[in-house]
Amino acid sequence: MEESALHLLELGAVFFVLGLLGRLAGRIGLSPIPLYLVGGLAFGNGGIVPLGGIEEFTTLAGEVGVVLLLLLLGLEYSAAELVTGLKRSWTAGLLDIVLNAAPGVAVALVLGWGPVGALVLGGVTYISSSGIIAKVLGDLGRLGNRETPVVLSILVFEDLVMAVYLPILTAVLIGVSLVGGLTAVGVSVAVLAVVLLVALRYGRYVSALVDSPDREVFLLKVLGLALLVAGFAQAMQVSAAVGAFLLGIAISGSTAENATKLLEPLRDLFAAVFFVVFGLNTDPSTIPAMLGWAVVLAVSTTVTKIATGWWAARRQGIGPLGRARAGAALVARGEFSIVIAGLAVSYAAVDDRLAALATTYVLLMAVIGPVAARVVEPVARRVLSPARRPAVAPTAGT
Amino acid sequence: MGAVNVEVTPLPGIGVRKDFALRGGRRVGVVTHRDGKIELIVSHEDDPDACLAEIGLSADEAAALANLLGAPQLVAQLREEHAELPGIHTRQIPVGPPFDGRTLGDTALRTRTGVSVVAVMRAGQVHPSPGPDFTLTAGDLMVTVGTTEGLDDAVAILKKG
Repeated sequence: MEESALHLLELGAVFFVLGLLGRLAGRIGLSPIPLYLVGGLAFGNGGIVPLGGIEEFTTLAGEVGVVLLLLLLGLEYSAAELVTGLKRSWTAGLLDIVLNAAPGVAVALVLGWGPVGALVLGGVTYISSSGIIAKVLGDLGRLGNRETPVVLSILVFEDLVMAVYLPILTAVLIGVSLVGGLTAVGVSVAVLAVVLLVALRYGRYVSALVDSPDREVFLLKVLGLALLVAGFAQAMQVSAAVGAFLLGIAISGSTAENATKLLEPLRDLFAAVFFVVFGLNTDPSTIPAMLGWAVVLAVSTTVTKIATGWWAARRQGIGPLGRARAGAALVARGEFSIVIAGLAVSYAAVDDRLAALATTYVLLMAVIGPVAARVVEPVARRVLSPARRPAVAPTAGT
Repeated sequence: MGAVNVEVTPLPGIGVRKDFALRGGRRVGVVTHRDGKIELIVSHEDDPDACLAEIGLSADEAAALANLLGAPQLVAQLREEHAELPGIHTRQIPVGPPFDGRTLGDTALRTRTGVSVVAVMRAGQVHPSPGPDFTLTAGDLMVTVGTTEGLDDAVAILKKG
């Protein structure tokens, strides 16, 4: 009895503090993710207020958070959008992989974390935060801009890459052989292809399976099915997150919209727990040693993302200002970098310092991203057209 | 009617952008979010890729704007056609709240004023030659033809019932 009271108090305190942090983030126009991570660092081992006894719950809740993050990502896109996105942006997508994974891979190798560490850190620096980016584009009123479809289709491509990357990563982290790894890749690509096909042709049947006019029934069915699929995928060693992502793609139309509305608050809750758990598992005392490398990665991958966006936008005939905007919009990293690092940490297959580096890196990038998207326009105006500068009035608020 | 090339661009995860270039080179259009939200977009003058404004509209506001933009064309067209008939005028008359949900027959416009209803504009859509059982909604624009006095009477009837 005493113990459960303590656990409720602890859990309540965690959520309340997260709420305050989220509000603070909203006030200063930031994504709450970096503040949740800081919250986790403060609560964790070696932090200011160590928590005890609720790890079991928070760990499971964090896993549910990852499943929900990926499920809602899948719900966001229809299979048709994914297929056109893939067709339209695969060259830019490949450039994106090469340019943005390279700094992570290089730093991991320099630090002596081996090929596994390189695979993890490459993923962390590669994947942009579609959550942060979509919000920033909306906030800055850039949804109608001509470069925005370019940005969005790169994000779509990245998400598809995740569906192949996560199973590979899982296989490597478990330590399977080369053949086993290739099998995992083969299985995941085949499953992805089948899911896309099924979603394109028979998506309405999957939707009909979970759909219900009753909110409660609908919520339980969607959540239940997502966890079942995620658990099954995990048992097949394809990664729970990818299972949830694929289910999200298969659900379409109005069912997907309603599911998104219903699941969003749940996702925010469990994802917040996931970020806190990741922060909890990071030893704050290892951060100072990693700070320098995090800054190196932040600077280099800001440049490489801008280059990616610039190149992709130029191919679509966008002007220099629009190219700069597309590049800067892509800079933010967030939830999925932490998902990747969290996966690696949970298998304890990488150097302990990786968690600290990933945390610090995401802290920096989740802040730099939205700021870069905001300041790029005035800066680019100045750099790109010095002759016209007096004629161009600075636009208020952008 | 000149040919306007409306470009439809999917915005994965967000919705659809539909826009077209004006003769002057600027783009206007709408971004339709998947949850039904509509934004009116107007491109920047010296940066055609960017938007000067993105204005969120509710469904009612979008419909009202569409009527404002669409109705004058229809009226102008009718006016031209009736130009040789002296004493015949065309006018667009808004439907007031008294007739919200009632039929065109309920207004008895033809018997009371001699005015003919040529079309009803709703949410930018033209409903031509509406029958007596056509159900009206407050905010619809009626495109009518008749004498000046008849039209004045019709305006009063549609406003007050």
